[in-house]
Amino acid sequence: MTSALAATRMNVPWSRFLGRHMTLAIGAATLGLFLAVALAAPLISPYDPIYQDAAVRLAMPSLAHPFGTDNFGRDILSRVIWGTRIDLQIAVIGVVFPFLIGTFIGTVAGFFGGIVDTVFMRLVDIILAFPFLVLMLSIIAILGPGLSSFYIAMALVGWVSYARLIRAQMLVLKSSDYAVAAVSLGFSRARIMFRHLLPNAVAGSIVFSMSDAVLVLLNGAAISYLGLGVQPPVAEWGVMVAEGQSFITTAWWITLFPGLSIVVLAFGFSLLGDGLGEWLGVNE
Amino acid sequence: MHRYRFVLSRPLQFLPVLFGISIITFILVRLIPGDPARVLLGTRSTPTAIARIRAQYGLDEPLWLQYFYFLENLGKGEMGKSILYKIDVLKLIATRIEPTLTLVLTSVALSILIAVPMAAIAARNNGRLADHVVRIVSTLGIGFPPFWLALMLIILFSVRLGVFPVSGYGETLGDKLAHLVLPSLTIALSLSAVLTRSLRAAMIVALKSDLATAARARGMPESIVFWRHVLPNSLVPTVNLLAVNIGWLIGGTVVVETVFAIPGMGQLLVRAIFSRDYMVVQGVAMVFACATVLVNFLADIVTVSLDPRVRL
Repeated sequence: MTSALAATRMNVPWSRFLGRHMTLAIGAATLGLFLAVALAAPLISPYDPIYQDAAVRLAMPSLAHPFGTDNFGRDILSRVIWGTRIDLQIAVIGVVFPFLIGTFIGTVAGFFGGIVDTVFMRLVDIILAFPFLVLMLSIIAILGPGLSSFYIAMALVGWVSYARLIRAQMLVLKSSDYAVAAVSLGFSRARIMFRHLLPNAVAGSIVFSMSDAVLVLLNGAAISYLGLGVQPPVAEWGVMVAEGQSFITTAWWITLFPGLSIVVLAFGFSLLGDGLGEWLGVNE
Repeated sequence: MHRYRFVLSRPLQFLPVLFGISIITFILVRLIPGDPARVLLGTRSTPTAIARIRAQYGLDEPLWLQYFYFLENLGKGEMGKSILYKIDVLKLIATRIEPTLTLVLTSVALSILIAVPMAAIAARNNGRLADHVVRIVSTLGIGFPPFWLALMLIILFSVRLGVFPVSGYGETLGDKLAHLVLPSLTIALSLSAVLTRSLRAAMIVALKSDLATAARARGMPESIVFWRHVLPNSLVPTVNLLAVNIGWLIGGTVVVETVFAIPGMGQLLVRAIFSRDYMVVQGVAMVFACATVLVNFLADIVTVSLDPRVRL
Protein backbone atom coordinates (compact mmCIF):
# COMPACT_ATOMS: atom_id res chain seq x y z
CA MET A 1 0.00 0.00 0.00
CA THR A 2 2.65 2.48 1.04
CA SER A 3 4.91 1.48 -1.83
CA ALA A 4 2.04 1.86 -4.29
CA LEU A 5 1.36 5.32 -2.90
CA ALA A 6 5.03 6.20 -3.13
CA ALA A 7 5.05 4.98 -6.73
CA THR A 8 2.13 7.21 -7.70
CA ARG A 9 3.95 10.13 -6.12
CA MET A 10 7.37 9.39 -7.55
CA ASN A 11 6.92 7.88 -11.00
CA VAL A 12 4.26 10.15 -12.47
CA PRO A 13 5.78 12.35 -15.19
CA TRP A 14 6.09 16.02 -14.21
CA SER A 15 3.71 17.16 -16.94
CA ARG A 16 0.91 14.90 -15.71
CA PHE A 17 1.60 15.76 -12.06
CA LEU A 18 1.32 19.48 -12.78
CA GLY A 19 -1.77 18.95 -14.93
CA ARG A 20 -3.43 17.25 -12.00
CA HIS A 21 -2.35 20.01 -9.60
CA MET A 22 -3.09 23.17 -11.54
CA THR A 23 -3.23 25.41 -8.46
CA LEU A 24 0.15 24.20 -7.26
CA ALA A 25 1.64 24.60 -10.75
CA ILE A 26 0.38 28.16 -11.30
CA GLY A 27 1.43 29.19 -7.79
CA ALA A 28 4.92 27.73 -8.19
CA ALA A 29 5.28 29.30 -11.65
CA THR A 30 4.26 32.74 -10.32
CA LEU A 31 6.77 32.57 -7.48
CA GLY A 32 9.42 31.23 -9.86
CA LEU A 33 8.85 34.22 -12.10
CA PHE A 34 9.23 36.69 -9.23
CA LEU A 35 12.37 34.89 -8.05
CA ALA A 36 13.83 35.06 -11.57
CA VAL A 37 13.02 38.79 -11.80
CA ALA A 38 14.62 39.39 -8.40
CA LEU A 39 17.80 37.51 -9.35
CA ALA A 40 18.06 39.05 -12.83
CA ALA A 41 17.19 42.60 -11.69
CA PRO A 42 20.53 44.14 -12.80
CA LEU A 43 20.22 42.46 -16.23
CA ILE A 44 16.58 43.17 -17.06
CA SER A 45 15.87 46.55 -15.47
CA PRO A 46 16.08 49.19 -18.23
CA TYR A 47 17.25 52.03 -15.93
CA ASP A 48 18.94 52.61 -12.60
CA PRO A 49 16.08 52.46 -10.03
CA ILE A 50 17.27 55.55 -8.15
CA TYR A 51 18.57 57.57 -11.12
CA GLN A 52 16.66 60.87 -11.34
CA ASP A 53 16.07 62.20 -14.85
CA ALA A 54 14.64 65.71 -14.56
CA ALA A 55 13.72 65.72 -18.26
CA VAL A 56 11.04 63.02 -17.88
CA ARG A 57 9.29 63.87 -14.62
CA LEU A 58 5.79 62.35 -14.21
CA ALA A 59 5.88 60.87 -17.72
CA MET A 60 2.91 58.74 -18.82
CA PRO A 61 3.59 55.05 -19.56
CA SER A 62 5.27 54.91 -23.00
CA LEU A 63 7.64 52.69 -24.97
CA ALA A 64 10.68 54.29 -23.35
CA HIS A 65 9.12 53.98 -19.86
CA PRO A 66 6.48 51.18 -19.98
CA PHE A 67 5.25 51.93 -16.42
CA GLY A 68 5.90 55.71 -16.63
CA THR A 69 8.14 57.78 -14.35
CA ASP A 70 7.66 59.42 -10.94
CA ASN A 71 8.04 63.00 -9.77
CA PHE A 72 11.84 62.63 -9.69
CA GLY A 73 11.91 61.21 -13.23
CA ARG A 74 12.78 57.72 -11.96
CA ASP A 75 11.66 54.80 -14.13
CA ILE A 76 8.76 52.95 -12.41
CA LEU A 77 9.37 49.64 -14.21
CA SER A 78 12.99 49.54 -13.01
CA ARG A 79 11.88 50.41 -9.49
CA VAL A 80 9.22 47.67 -9.53
CA ILE A 81 11.84 45.16 -10.75
CA TRP A 82 14.36 46.12 -8.04
CA GLY A 83 11.55 46.24 -5.50
CA THR A 84 10.95 42.52 -6.16
CA ARG A 85 14.24 41.82 -4.37
CA ILE A 86 13.17 43.66 -1.22
CA ASP A 87 9.57 42.47 -1.06
CA LEU A 88 10.41 38.83 -1.79
CA GLN A 89 13.05 39.06 0.92
CA ILE A 90 10.47 40.52 3.35
CA ALA A 91 8.07 37.63 2.70
CA VAL A 92 10.77 34.94 3.00
CA ILE A 93 12.79 36.21 5.98
CA GLY A 94 9.58 37.35 7.72
CA VAL A 95 8.32 33.77 7.56
CA VAL A 96 11.50 31.69 8.00
CA PHE A 97 12.50 32.95 11.46
CA PRO A 98 9.00 32.73 13.00
CA PHE A 99 8.68 29.27 11.39
CA LEU A 100 11.94 27.99 12.93
CA ILE A 101 11.32 29.54 16.36
CA GLY A 102 7.66 28.47 16.46
CA THR A 103 8.45 24.93 15.29
CA PHE A 104 11.10 24.51 17.98
CA ILE A 105 8.90 25.88 20.77
CA GLY A 106 5.83 23.95 19.59
CA THR A 107 7.81 20.69 19.39
CA VAL A 108 9.29 21.05 22.86
CA ALA A 109 6.04 22.26 24.46
CA GLY A 110 3.93 19.52 22.86
CA PHE A 111 6.42 16.74 23.61
CA PHE A 112 7.23 17.55 27.23
CA GLY A 113 3.85 18.98 28.25
CA GLY A 114 3.58 20.06 31.89
CA ILE A 115 4.93 23.40 33.06
CA VAL A 116 6.92 24.09 29.85
CA ASP A 117 3.75 23.64 27.80
CA THR A 118 1.62 25.75 30.14
CA VAL A 119 4.08 28.65 30.20
CA PHE A 120 4.52 28.78 26.42
CA MET A 121 0.85 28.38 25.62
CA ARG A 122 -0.14 31.17 28.05
CA LEU A 123 2.47 33.34 26.31
CA VAL A 124 0.89 32.41 22.96
CA ASP A 125 -2.57 33.42 24.29
CA ILE A 126 -1.23 36.77 25.48
CA ILE A 127 0.57 37.59 22.23
CA LEU A 128 -2.48 36.55 20.20
CA ALA A 129 -4.60 38.94 22.28
CA PHE A 130 -2.70 41.83 20.70
CA PRO A 131 -3.74 42.77 17.18
CA PHE A 132 -0.77 41.64 15.07
CA LEU A 133 -0.02 44.93 13.32
CA VAL A 134 -0.46 46.94 16.53
CA LEU A 135 2.10 44.82 18.41
CA MET A 136 4.45 44.97 15.40
CA LEU A 137 4.16 48.77 15.26
CA SER A 138 4.68 49.10 19.02
CA ILE A 139 7.88 47.03 18.88
CA ILE A 140 9.12 49.00 15.85
CA ALA A 141 8.32 52.22 17.76
CA ILE A 142 10.75 51.07 20.46
CA LEU A 143 13.45 49.70 18.12
CA GLY A 144 13.25 52.57 15.62
CA PRO A 145 12.13 52.44 11.97
CA GLY A 146 13.84 50.10 9.51
CA LEU A 147 13.75 46.67 7.91
CA SER A 148 15.84 45.02 10.66
CA SER A 149 13.37 46.24 13.29
CA PHE A 150 10.61 44.70 11.20
CA TYR A 151 12.40 41.33 11.11
CA ILE A 152 13.06 41.40 14.86
CA ALA A 153 9.42 42.29 15.55
CA MET A 154 8.31 39.47 13.20
CA ALA A 155 10.50 36.95 15.04
CA LEU A 156 9.14 38.11 18.41
CA VAL A 157 5.47 37.98 17.37
CA GLY A 158 5.12 35.64 14.38
CA TRP A 159 6.20 32.35 16.00
CA VAL A 160 2.98 31.90 17.97
CA SER A 161 0.86 30.46 15.13
CA TYR A 162 3.54 27.90 14.24
CA ALA A 163 4.03 26.92 17.88
CA ARG A 164 0.29 26.31 18.20
CA LEU A 165 0.03 24.22 15.03
CA ILE A 166 3.08 22.05 15.79
CA ARG A 167 2.13 21.59 19.44
CA ALA A 168 -1.34 20.31 18.49
CA GLN A 169 0.25 17.78 16.12
CA MET A 170 2.85 16.69 18.69
CA LEU A 171 0.17 16.00 21.30
CA VAL A 172 -1.42 13.47 18.92
CA LEU A 173 1.82 12.00 17.55
CA LYS A 174 3.66 11.47 20.82
CA SER A 175 1.28 8.68 21.84
CA SER A 176 1.44 6.96 18.42
CA ASP A 177 2.80 3.42 18.14
CA TYR A 178 6.03 4.38 16.40
CA ALA A 179 6.79 6.96 19.06
CA VAL A 180 6.27 4.35 21.79
CA ALA A 181 8.43 1.95 19.79
CA ALA A 182 11.19 4.56 19.52
CA VAL A 183 11.06 5.14 23.28
CA SER A 184 11.30 1.41 23.97
CA LEU A 185 14.34 1.19 21.67
CA GLY A 186 16.01 3.66 24.00
CA PHE A 187 16.38 6.55 21.57
CA SER A 188 17.10 9.92 23.10
CA ARG A 189 14.20 12.32 23.53
CA ALA A 190 15.79 14.85 21.19
CA ARG A 191 16.08 12.19 18.48
CA ILE A 192 12.45 11.11 18.91
CA MET A 193 11.22 14.71 18.92
CA PHE A 194 13.11 16.03 15.94
CA ARG A 195 13.85 12.94 13.81
CA HIS A 196 10.70 10.85 14.33
CA LEU A 197 7.81 13.12 15.31
CA LEU A 198 8.61 16.51 13.78
CA PRO A 199 8.75 15.35 10.12
CA ASN A 200 5.22 13.99 10.53
CA ALA A 201 3.96 17.13 12.27
CA VAL A 202 5.33 19.77 9.95
CA ALA A 203 3.10 19.49 6.82
CA GLY A 204 0.32 21.71 8.21
CA SER A 205 2.83 24.40 9.18
CA ILE A 206 4.40 24.41 5.73
CA VAL A 207 0.98 24.95 4.12
CA PHE A 208 0.18 27.65 6.69
CA SER A 209 3.53 29.37 6.05
CA MET A 210 2.34 30.21 2.51
CA SER A 211 -0.73 32.12 3.70
CA ASP A 212 1.48 33.59 6.42
CA ALA A 213 3.84 34.83 3.69
CA VAL A 214 0.90 36.79 2.20
CA LEU A 215 0.23 38.36 5.59
CA VAL A 216 3.90 39.18 6.19
CA LEU A 217 4.25 40.68 2.71
CA LEU A 218 1.16 42.88 3.22
CA ASN A 219 2.30 43.95 6.70
CA GLY A 220 5.87 44.60 5.59
CA ALA A 221 4.65 46.74 2.70
CA ALA A 222 2.12 48.49 4.98
CA ILE A 223 4.82 49.31 7.55
CA SER A 224 7.05 50.66 4.78
CA TYR A 225 4.08 52.62 3.39
CA LEU A 226 3.62 54.20 6.83
CA GLY A 227 7.30 55.19 6.75
CA LEU A 228 8.44 52.77 9.48
CA GLY A 229 10.04 50.02 7.37
CA VAL A 230 12.18 50.30 4.25
CA GLN A 231 13.35 53.90 3.89
CA PRO A 232 13.39 55.96 0.66
CA PRO A 233 15.05 56.18 -1.83
CA VAL A 234 15.26 52.35 -1.78
CA ALA A 235 12.76 50.91 -4.27
CA GLU A 236 10.22 48.91 -2.25
CA TRP A 237 6.61 48.53 -3.37
CA GLY A 238 5.00 49.92 -0.19
CA VAL A 239 7.37 52.91 -0.21
CA MET A 240 6.58 53.48 -3.90
CA VAL A 241 2.82 53.55 -3.19
CA ALA A 242 3.43 56.12 -0.44
CA GLU A 243 5.56 58.24 -2.79
CA GLY A 244 2.88 58.17 -5.49
CA GLN A 245 0.07 59.07 -3.12
CA SER A 246 0.40 62.84 -3.60
CA PHE A 247 0.09 62.38 -7.35
CA ILE A 248 -2.83 59.95 -7.63
CA THR A 249 -5.04 62.51 -9.38
CA THR A 250 -2.48 63.26 -12.08
CA ALA A 251 -0.01 60.35 -12.22
CA TRP A 252 -1.87 57.17 -11.22
CA TRP A 253 0.85 54.91 -12.67
CA ILE A 254 3.30 55.65 -9.83
CA THR A 255 0.87 54.01 -7.39
CA LEU A 256 -0.84 51.42 -9.60
CA PHE A 257 2.10 49.23 -10.66
CA PRO A 258 3.84 48.62 -7.31
CA GLY A 259 0.44 47.81 -5.75
CA LEU A 260 -0.39 45.37 -8.54
CA SER A 261 2.97 43.66 -8.00
CA ILE A 262 2.06 43.06 -4.34
CA VAL A 263 -1.33 41.63 -5.39
CA VAL A 264 0.23 39.23 -7.92
CA LEU A 265 3.03 38.06 -5.61
CA ALA A 266 0.48 37.52 -2.81
CA PHE A 267 -1.72 35.59 -5.26
CA GLY A 268 1.26 33.34 -6.09
CA PHE A 269 1.84 32.54 -2.41
CA SER A 270 -1.89 31.89 -1.85
CA LEU A 271 -2.11 29.51 -4.82
CA LEU A 272 1.05 27.69 -3.78
CA GLY A 273 -0.42 27.30 -0.27
CA ASP A 274 -3.75 26.00 -1.60
CA GLY A 275 -1.97 23.69 -4.03
CA LEU A 276 0.35 22.29 -1.34
CA GLY A 277 -2.66 21.80 0.93
CA GLU A 278 -4.48 19.78 -1.74
CA TRP A 279 -1.38 17.76 -2.58
CA LEU A 280 -0.38 16.97 1.01
CA GLY A 281 -4.01 16.50 2.05
CA VAL A 282 -3.83 19.20 4.71
CA ASN A 283 -6.84 21.30 5.65
CA GLU A 284 -5.90 24.53 7.33
CA MET B 1 -30.23 29.98 31.04
CA HIS B 2 -27.96 27.18 32.20
CA ARG B 3 -26.09 27.44 28.91
CA TYR B 4 -25.13 31.03 29.61
CA ARG B 5 -23.35 30.28 32.89
CA PHE B 6 -19.99 30.77 31.13
CA VAL B 7 -20.80 34.51 30.88
CA LEU B 8 -19.98 34.70 34.58
CA SER B 9 -17.11 32.22 34.69
CA ARG B 10 -15.31 33.14 31.45
CA PRO B 11 -14.07 36.59 32.59
CA LEU B 12 -12.14 34.77 35.34
CA GLN B 13 -10.31 32.79 32.66
CA PHE B 14 -9.45 36.06 30.94
CA LEU B 15 -7.61 37.30 34.05
CA PRO B 16 -4.27 35.62 33.21
CA VAL B 17 -4.43 37.00 29.67
CA LEU B 18 -5.27 40.52 30.90
CA PHE B 19 -2.44 40.19 33.42
CA GLY B 20 -0.12 39.19 30.57
CA ILE B 21 -1.30 42.10 28.43
CA SER B 22 -0.47 44.51 31.27
CA ILE B 23 3.03 42.98 31.65
CA ILE B 24 3.77 43.25 27.92
CA THR B 25 2.55 46.86 27.69
CA PHE B 26 4.58 47.65 30.83
CA ILE B 27 7.72 46.08 29.37
CA LEU B 28 7.31 47.86 25.99
CA VAL B 29 8.19 51.29 27.36
CA ARG B 30 10.95 49.90 29.62
CA LEU B 31 12.67 48.43 26.56
CA ILE B 32 13.41 51.87 25.13
CA PRO B 33 17.20 51.97 24.81
CA GLY B 34 18.94 54.53 27.01
CA ASP B 35 17.30 56.52 29.77
CA PRO B 36 13.51 56.31 29.35
CA ALA B 37 13.04 59.63 31.16
CA ARG B 38 15.32 61.40 28.71
CA VAL B 39 13.63 59.70 25.72
CA LEU B 40 10.13 60.41 27.06
CA LEU B 41 10.98 64.10 27.39
CA GLY B 42 12.62 64.33 23.99
CA THR B 43 14.11 67.72 23.22
CA ARG B 44 12.77 69.32 26.38
CA SER B 45 14.93 67.23 28.71
CA THR B 46 16.37 69.45 31.42
CA PRO B 47 17.90 67.86 34.56
CA THR B 48 14.96 69.00 36.70
CA ALA B 49 12.41 67.66 34.20
CA ILE B 50 14.27 64.33 34.04
CA ALA B 51 14.26 64.12 37.83
CA ARG B 52 10.52 64.86 37.88
CA ILE B 53 9.73 62.18 35.29
CA ARG B 54 11.93 59.67 37.11
CA ALA B 55 10.00 60.34 40.31
CA GLN B 56 6.63 60.34 38.53
CA TYR B 57 7.17 56.90 36.95
CA GLY B 58 9.33 55.60 39.80
CA LEU B 59 12.15 54.83 37.37
CA ASP B 60 14.68 54.61 40.20
CA GLU B 61 12.72 51.83 41.91
CA PRO B 62 13.27 48.12 41.20
CA LEU B 63 11.38 46.78 38.18
CA TRP B 64 8.78 44.76 40.11
CA LEU B 65 7.91 47.83 42.20
CA GLN B 66 7.59 49.91 39.02
CA TYR B 67 5.17 47.33 37.68
CA PHE B 68 3.21 47.54 40.93
CA TYR B 69 2.94 51.34 40.54
CA PHE B 70 1.91 50.83 36.92
CA LEU B 71 -0.95 48.54 38.00
CA GLU B 72 -1.94 50.91 40.81
CA ASN B 73 -2.19 53.83 38.38
CA LEU B 74 -4.07 51.64 35.91
CA GLY B 75 -6.61 50.92 38.66
CA LYS B 76 -7.10 54.66 39.02
CA GLY B 77 -7.58 54.92 35.24
CA GLU B 78 -4.22 56.62 34.66
CA MET B 79 -1.49 55.52 32.27
CA GLY B 80 0.72 58.58 32.22
CA LYS B 81 0.53 61.74 30.18
CA SER B 82 0.89 62.11 26.45
CA ILE B 83 3.90 64.27 25.68
CA LEU B 84 2.26 65.72 22.59
CA TYR B 85 -1.28 66.33 23.87
CA LYS B 86 -0.46 66.95 27.56
CA ILE B 87 -3.44 64.94 28.81
CA ASP B 88 -3.72 61.48 30.33
CA VAL B 89 -3.34 58.76 27.70
CA LEU B 90 -6.57 56.94 28.56
CA LYS B 91 -8.58 60.19 28.36
CA LEU B 92 -6.96 60.93 25.01
CA ILE B 93 -7.82 57.46 23.70
CA ALA B 94 -11.43 57.85 24.87
CA THR B 95 -11.87 60.79 22.49
CA ARG B 96 -10.61 58.61 19.60
CA ILE B 97 -12.69 55.47 20.17
CA GLU B 98 -15.86 56.55 18.36
CA PRO B 99 -14.47 56.91 14.78
CA THR B 100 -12.57 53.60 15.07
CA LEU B 101 -15.55 51.73 16.50
CA THR B 102 -17.87 53.09 13.79
CA LEU B 103 -15.33 52.14 11.11
CA VAL B 104 -15.01 48.59 12.47
CA LEU B 105 -18.79 48.13 12.67
CA THR B 106 -19.51 49.47 9.16
CA SER B 107 -16.63 47.36 7.75
CA VAL B 108 -17.95 44.18 9.36
CA ALA B 109 -21.51 44.90 8.16
CA LEU B 110 -20.32 45.58 4.60
CA SER B 111 -18.09 42.51 4.48
CA ILE B 112 -20.97 40.26 5.60
CA LEU B 113 -23.17 41.82 2.90
CA ILE B 114 -20.49 40.95 0.34
CA ALA B 115 -19.36 37.58 1.68
CA VAL B 116 -22.70 35.82 2.31
CA PRO B 117 -24.07 36.14 -1.26
CA MET B 118 -20.65 35.33 -2.78
CA ALA B 119 -20.26 32.21 -0.64
CA ALA B 120 -23.87 31.19 -1.29
CA ILE B 121 -23.44 31.44 -5.07
CA ALA B 122 -20.17 29.49 -4.92
CA ALA B 123 -21.46 26.76 -2.62
CA ARG B 124 -24.71 26.20 -4.55
CA ASN B 125 -22.72 25.93 -7.80
CA ASN B 126 -19.92 23.88 -6.28
CA GLY B 127 -17.40 22.85 -8.95
CA ARG B 128 -19.02 24.95 -11.67
CA LEU B 129 -17.89 28.20 -13.28
CA ALA B 130 -19.45 30.55 -10.67
CA ASP B 131 -17.65 28.64 -7.93
CA HIS B 132 -14.29 28.93 -9.66
CA VAL B 133 -14.79 32.66 -10.25
CA VAL B 134 -15.63 33.26 -6.58
CA ARG B 135 -12.64 31.18 -5.48
CA ILE B 136 -10.22 33.09 -7.72
CA VAL B 137 -11.66 36.48 -6.77
CA SER B 138 -11.51 35.73 -3.04
CA THR B 139 -7.97 34.32 -3.30
CA LEU B 140 -6.91 37.49 -5.13
CA GLY B 141 -8.79 39.67 -2.62
CA ILE B 142 -6.77 38.34 0.34
CA GLY B 143 -3.61 39.75 -1.23
CA PHE B 144 -4.89 43.32 -1.74
CA PRO B 145 -2.82 45.73 0.38
CA PRO B 146 -5.39 47.96 2.16
CA PHE B 147 -3.30 51.14 1.77
CA TRP B 148 -3.14 50.63 -2.00
CA LEU B 149 -6.75 49.52 -2.40
CA ALA B 150 -7.78 52.69 -0.52
CA LEU B 151 -5.93 54.87 -3.02
CA MET B 152 -7.44 52.99 -5.98
CA LEU B 153 -10.95 53.51 -4.54
CA ILE B 154 -10.17 57.21 -4.07
CA ILE B 155 -9.13 57.47 -7.73
CA LEU B 156 -12.29 55.68 -8.87
CA PHE B 157 -14.99 57.10 -6.58
CA SER B 158 -13.67 60.48 -5.41
CA VAL B 159 -11.56 61.68 -8.32
CA ARG B 160 -13.31 60.17 -11.35
CA LEU B 161 -16.92 59.90 -10.12
CA GLY B 162 -16.76 62.52 -7.37
CA VAL B 163 -19.28 60.70 -5.15
CA PHE B 164 -17.51 60.23 -1.81
CA PRO B 165 -15.21 62.54 0.17
CA VAL B 166 -11.46 61.87 -0.22
CA SER B 167 -10.50 62.04 3.46
CA GLY B 168 -11.35 63.32 6.91
CA TYR B 169 -14.29 62.74 9.20
CA GLY B 170 -17.60 64.63 9.41
CA GLU B 171 -19.48 66.39 12.20
CA THR B 172 -23.04 65.07 11.79
CA LEU B 173 -23.92 61.37 11.67
CA GLY B 174 -24.77 61.40 7.95
CA ASP B 175 -21.59 63.29 7.15
CA LYS B 176 -19.54 60.83 9.22
CA LEU B 177 -21.05 57.86 7.43
CA ALA B 178 -20.38 59.46 4.03
CA HIS B 179 -16.74 59.86 5.04
CA LEU B 180 -16.61 56.23 6.14
CA VAL B 181 -17.94 54.66 2.91
CA LEU B 182 -14.58 54.33 1.17
CA PRO B 183 -12.59 53.41 4.31
CA SER B 184 -15.04 50.65 5.25
CA LEU B 185 -15.23 49.45 1.65
CA THR B 186 -11.43 49.14 1.66
CA ILE B 187 -11.45 46.95 4.76
CA ALA B 188 -14.60 45.07 3.72
CA LEU B 189 -13.19 44.02 0.34
CA SER B 190 -10.21 42.35 2.04
CA LEU B 191 -12.16 40.97 4.99
CA SER B 192 -14.95 39.58 2.81
CA ALA B 193 -12.34 37.64 0.82
CA VAL B 194 -11.30 35.84 4.01
CA LEU B 195 -14.92 35.35 5.10
CA THR B 196 -16.05 34.08 1.69
CA ARG B 197 -13.41 31.33 1.60
CA SER B 198 -14.41 29.91 4.98
CA LEU B 199 -18.14 30.50 4.60
CA ARG B 200 -18.11 28.74 1.23
CA ALA B 201 -16.42 25.70 2.77
CA ALA B 202 -18.91 25.69 5.68
CA MET B 203 -21.87 25.96 3.30
CA ILE B 204 -20.65 23.09 1.11
CA VAL B 205 -20.47 20.89 4.21
CA ALA B 206 -23.92 22.06 5.37
CA LEU B 207 -25.46 21.43 1.92
CA LYS B 208 -24.36 17.78 2.13
CA SER B 209 -25.34 17.38 5.79
CA ASP B 210 -28.08 15.11 7.11
CA LEU B 211 -30.28 18.04 8.05
CA ALA B 212 -30.28 19.29 4.44
CA THR B 213 -31.00 15.78 3.12
CA ALA B 214 -33.82 15.41 5.65
CA ALA B 215 -35.32 18.75 4.58
CA ARG B 216 -35.15 17.72 0.92
CA ALA B 217 -36.75 14.36 1.76
CA ARG B 218 -39.70 16.25 3.23
CA GLY B 219 -40.15 17.80 -0.22
CA MET B 220 -38.76 21.23 0.61
CA PRO B 221 -37.67 23.32 -2.38
CA GLU B 222 -33.88 23.72 -2.63
CA SER B 223 -34.03 27.49 -2.06
CA ILE B 224 -35.88 27.06 1.26
CA VAL B 225 -33.49 24.30 2.29
CA PHE B 226 -30.70 26.77 1.68
CA TRP B 227 -32.07 29.90 3.37
CA ARG B 228 -33.76 28.20 6.34
CA HIS B 229 -31.37 25.36 7.09
CA VAL B 230 -27.99 25.68 5.42
CA LEU B 231 -27.39 29.40 5.95
CA PRO B 232 -28.15 29.50 9.70
CA ASN B 233 -25.88 26.50 10.18
CA SER B 234 -23.04 28.23 8.36
CA LEU B 235 -23.32 31.40 10.45
CA VAL B 236 -21.72 30.00 13.59
CA PRO B 237 -18.33 29.41 11.92
CA THR B 238 -18.59 32.88 10.37
CA VAL B 239 -19.09 34.57 13.74
CA ASN B 240 -16.08 32.71 15.12
CA LEU B 241 -14.09 33.62 12.04
CA LEU B 242 -14.90 37.30 12.52
CA ALA B 243 -13.70 37.05 16.12
CA VAL B 244 -10.48 35.31 15.04
CA ASN B 245 -9.90 38.04 12.45
CA ILE B 246 -10.56 40.96 14.81
CA GLY B 247 -6.83 41.52 15.19
CA TRP B 248 -6.48 41.65 11.42
CA LEU B 249 -9.46 44.01 11.23
CA ILE B 250 -7.89 46.36 13.78
CA GLY B 251 -4.61 46.26 11.84
CA GLY B 252 -6.59 47.25 8.76
CA THR B 253 -8.21 50.20 10.54
CA VAL B 254 -4.78 51.45 11.67
CA VAL B 255 -3.59 51.63 8.07
CA VAL B 256 -6.89 52.84 6.58
CA GLU B 257 -7.37 55.58 9.20
CA THR B 258 -3.93 56.87 8.28
CA VAL B 259 -4.67 56.86 4.53
CA PHE B 260 -8.04 58.61 4.92
CA ALA B 261 -6.97 60.89 7.83
CA ILE B 262 -9.73 59.63 10.13
CA PRO B 263 -9.10 60.86 13.70
CA GLY B 264 -9.34 57.43 15.33
CA MET B 265 -7.10 55.27 17.53
CA GLY B 266 -5.13 53.91 14.57
CA GLN B 267 -4.12 57.34 13.36
CA LEU B 268 -3.30 58.27 16.97
CA LEU B 269 -1.00 55.22 17.21
CA VAL B 270 0.88 55.98 13.98
CA ARG B 271 1.33 59.66 14.87
CA ALA B 272 2.47 58.71 18.38
CA ILE B 273 5.15 56.43 16.92
CA PHE B 274 6.52 59.26 14.77
CA SER B 275 6.49 61.78 17.61
CA ARG B 276 8.00 59.22 20.04
CA ASP B 277 4.97 59.63 22.30
CA TYR B 278 5.64 56.25 23.93
CA MET B 279 2.94 56.49 26.60
CA VAL B 280 0.31 56.80 23.87
CA VAL B 281 1.77 53.80 21.97
CA GLN B 282 1.59 51.80 25.19
CA GLY B 283 -1.98 52.90 25.91
CA VAL B 284 -3.34 52.23 22.41
CA ALA B 285 -1.70 48.78 22.31
CA MET B 286 -3.29 47.89 25.64
CA VAL B 287 -6.76 49.17 24.74
CA PHE B 288 -6.68 47.31 21.41
CA ALA B 289 -5.59 44.09 23.15
CA CYS B 290 -8.39 44.36 25.73
CA ALA B 291 -10.87 45.04 22.90
CA THR B 292 -9.70 41.83 21.17
CA VAL B 293 -10.29 39.80 24.34
CA LEU B 294 -13.74 41.41 24.74
CA VAL B 295 -14.72 40.67 21.13
CA ASN B 296 -13.79 37.00 21.53
CA PHE B 297 -15.96 36.89 24.66
CA LEU B 298 -18.91 38.47 22.80
CA ALA B 299 -18.41 36.01 19.92
CA ASP B 300 -18.76 33.15 22.43
CA ILE B 301 -22.07 34.58 23.64
CA VAL B 302 -23.34 34.98 20.06
CA THR B 303 -22.25 31.42 19.20
CA VAL B 304 -24.18 30.00 22.15
CA SER B 305 -27.30 32.01 21.29
CA LEU B 306 -27.11 30.98 17.60
CA ASP B 307 -26.50 27.27 18.22
CA PRO B 308 -28.46 25.65 21.07
CA ARG B 309 -26.14 22.62 21.01
CA VAL B 310 -23.02 24.56 21.97
CA ARG B 311 -21.96 24.32 25.62
CA LEU B 312 -19.10 26.45 26.82
